Amino acid sequence: MSGSSALIQLPRRRESAWSRFVRNPLGVVAVIILAGVILACASALVLPLPDPNLIDVRNAMQPPSAEHLLGTDASGRDVLSRLLWGGQINLLGAALAMAVALVVGLPTGLLAGYYRGWFDGAANWVNNLNMALPGIVVLLAVRAVAGPSIWISMAVFGVMLAPGIFRVTRAAVLSVRSELYVDAAKVAGLSDARIIGKHILVVVRAPVIIQLARVASIAIAIQAGLEFLGITDSTVPSWGSMLNEAFRRIYSSPLLVLWPSLAIGLTSLALVLLANALRDALEGGSLAVASPRSQRPSAPSARAAGMSGTESGTTSGAEPAPAADTLLAVRDLEVAYGEGAGRTTVVHGVSLDIRPGEVLGLVGESGSGKSQTAFSILGLLPDGGRVSGGSIRFADRELTEMTPQQRRRLLGTEIAYVPQEPMSNLDPSFTIGQQLTVPLRARRGLSRQAARERVLALLARVGIPDPEKTFRSYPHQVSGGMAQRVLIAGAVAGEPRLLIADEPTTALDVTVQAEVLGLLRDLQRETGVAVLLVTHNFGVVADLCDRVAVMRGGVIVETGITDQVLTAPSEPYTRELLDSMLEDGPVREFHASATGRAGATNGDGGAS
Amino acid sequence: MPFLVKRVVSAAALVLVTSLLMYLLLSPAFGNIARNVLGENATDDQVAELAAELGYDRPVFVQFADWLGSALTGDLGRSLFTSQSVWDALMSRMPVTVSLVVLVTLASGLIGFAMGLLAAVRRGWVDRLMQVLATLGDALPAFLIAIFLVTVFSIHLGWLPATGYTPPSVSVADWARGLLLPVTALTIVAVAGIAQQVRSAALGVLRQDFVRTLRSRGLSERRVILVNVLRNSSTTGLTALAVQVVGILGGAVVIEQIFALPGLGSLVIAGAARSDVPIVLGAVIAYVVIVVIVNLLVDLAVAWLNPKVRVS
Repeated sequence: MSGSSALIQLPRRRESAWSRFVRNPLGVVAVIILAGVILACASALVLPLPDPNLIDVRNAMQPPSAEHLLGTDASGRDVLSRLLWGGQINLLGAALAMAVALVVGLPTGLLAGYYRGWFDGAANWVNNLNMALPGIVVLLAVRAVAGPSIWISMAVFGVMLAPGIFRVTRAAVLSVRSELYVDAAKVAGLSDARIIGKHILVVVRAPVIIQLARVASIAIAIQAGLEFLGITDSTVPSWGSMLNEAFRRIYSSPLLVLWPSLAIGLTSLALVLLANALRDALEGGSLAVASPRSQRPSAPSARAAGMSGTESGTTSGAEPAPAADTLLAVRDLEVAYGEGAGRTTVVHGVSLDIRPGEVLGLVGESGSGKSQTAFSILGLLPDGGRVSGGSIRFADRELTEMTPQQRRRLLGTEIAYVPQEPMSNLDPSFTIGQQLTVPLRARRGLSRQAARERVLALLARVGIPDPEKTFRSYPHQVSGGMAQRVLIAGAVAGEPRLLIADEPTTALDVTVQAEVLGLLRDLQRETGVAVLLVTHNFGVVADLCDRVAVMRGGVIVETGITDQVLTAPSEPYTRELLDSMLEDGPVREFHASATGRAGATNGDGGAS
Repeated sequence: MPFLVKRVVSAAALVLVTSLLMYLLLSPAFGNIARNVLGENATDDQVAELAAELGYDRPVFVQFADWLGSALTGDLGRSLFTSQSVWDALMSRMPVTVSLVVLVTLASGLIGFAMGLLAAVRRGWVDRLMQVLATLGDALPAFLIAIFLVTVFSIHLGWLPATGYTPPSVSVADWARGLLLPVTALTIVAVAGIAQQVRSAALGVLRQDFVRTLRSRGLSERRVILVNVLRNSSTTGLTALAVQVVGILGGAVVIEQIFALPGLGSLVIAGAARSDVPIVLGAVIAYVVIVVIVNLLVDLAVAWLNPKVRVS
């Protein structure tokens, strides 16, 4: 975000934050409750209420009447009067804690964020100490020294809550201090104090206000708790002390606990709801952020261009009816995300065939829908994605009509998957040996020992120098190339008939790419597994694939024998794609090497 | 294991620093000790003389060193009012608070993990229920929930005792009955905070590539969730649990008072009300030690569950 746009956006953001807040019913309710509580407590100053401490034993425990709207307590004191006068004490106590927290937390947070340095360490220490002891225990110790005044307790509690303010302030300052407009202000010769005042306070305001609402709700609760324990000044009416007195008589008059409980509960709840509503309004709704981010690929840009080319090209297999010996037959596959108006279709009628033992390359740029096609065949589309049309037949079984459980049973043993990014595709919490043996034991019923032996053999087969050591290692202890070999071993462990490899070499170092490609080729020849190889790299295609399908904008624009497509593409787009790769790529012999592609095309080659 | 040594040392440092700070905080009250002993009619000279005799005229750091030396041998002084040894008082109160905290930690940990995981996987109403609970847990102090529970279950329904504590050595059933309401009240407050952390951690894990790869191996969804997702979310969940334990201890102070449980909480309340400094100081240290032990256990569990922490 550039400096000027940030400055321009601020007023607009505030306006929309306000309207967002007003539209949130819980936030509005919270404000109404809080305003009601504050007004009611303030009204005690002017209303002709009886003295909250006026004891009248003959009128003890009276039910509500015209004279005593909420009745009287065990000493005959007016409950309403005590509730309103007491509320003032609680509200002022919370305000005192807020003020102290703000006065201590805000300046230190600003300074620590702006200058960093030893402030950070010191604040961290204070915070750790805070986490070492329950607040109320510290306040009890303070009470032992300083006596029963609630004001001293709440001031001390404010200091204990200051790290909360400090933390959000510091984080907000850190997030903007490196922004361009702050730099610009520095260059323009503004003093640090003016920069803090003018540019940084604006950013800090929202998180601090939210945090203050939280501080207030904690303060209300803890103050009521202290009063409830009966260790504060008992001559001052307060919600907590009312609760204390009422609780002692809970058997004889259970209703007396109701009013102070309601007052404490409602005020505290309103403050929490207010804080949440403010957070949602000012920070653009972190609830929405918390909901799963659907990994939605961007809408294809070249949809129209692609649509016309669907049926053309050097198609080798018979498009409409799959040949008799077809292992996988995809027909008119459509993949969509979202529902209704938010619906985006990312794959528009893809058809492809793979025969047993055949290697088909699925080529295209980022966002062309090739990874989405691959995930559809696996039945592992990201959240929100689904096959919205067409058919996927595997070994004469219709996958789209199967239950998730039935499809799950195919995975691993019939259809297997080699992912793109090796490190993120291994579970960091388990050893490589555990991750490889578990599927063998769960799916193929191997004993612990048999699974272990098979895994060690597989690890040796995929070229891991010390299988025993790798077996015991955790993923973070091996290199990316090793991790990819482990993943390949995992994929072929179940002796599948179809291997779906999604950019299996893209994330690897250039030197490792050739080795891994060689391994895939050898394994394919050895086992005769059919492979769907998703890639954006024609070098990989040339190296491994029997046939190739070129995708663009969610459709296949050209399918054919690899040599044919590479040497004499019939579609202009294929030629364009080929040319762009050759231009960008390092100078080298086209067929000889499939390894020099790392820097050849930008983009990670998949919507995955 | 250097990891463990490092943790134990930093835990001991935390106890030491907190003790020093609390000693400094409470030191002004030492002046009152001599006054308390001699009564209101004593002259200032007499008070000063006794204070000197008790060593309270020395620099506060010297006093602290002195106190620390005795404390390390288990001598935390005596109550100013009952003359009971602080150590004995703490030991007699500890079992109640520890049972309370252990039960609440287990209950809120189990329920919190289950709820958070369920909310992440199922979303929908589980998720919304959790959000409501989280707001209530944030807003309502445990003592309000306890009062509500007492009103309903002890007074109106008469199912459970409102007050009192039976040691498990006398009757395990009565011990459990007596702790049921206090544990429930504290759990309701603690559980949502843990569940929310587990939920967001599990949502993050579910988005990880390795979950898709595990599914591609044909492992059942139940297994992927209960083994891999749970384990990878557990560090966050356990850390949240450790944070909650501080809150649980604080809540327990008031809860012990409500249910008349003879734990550390009622000890420190009585001590605070009477400015019984040795008792307050001893109880505060006991609380810090509980927190530190819980944090150590959580660190160990995290290291056990998370190889990166353990190995590096």
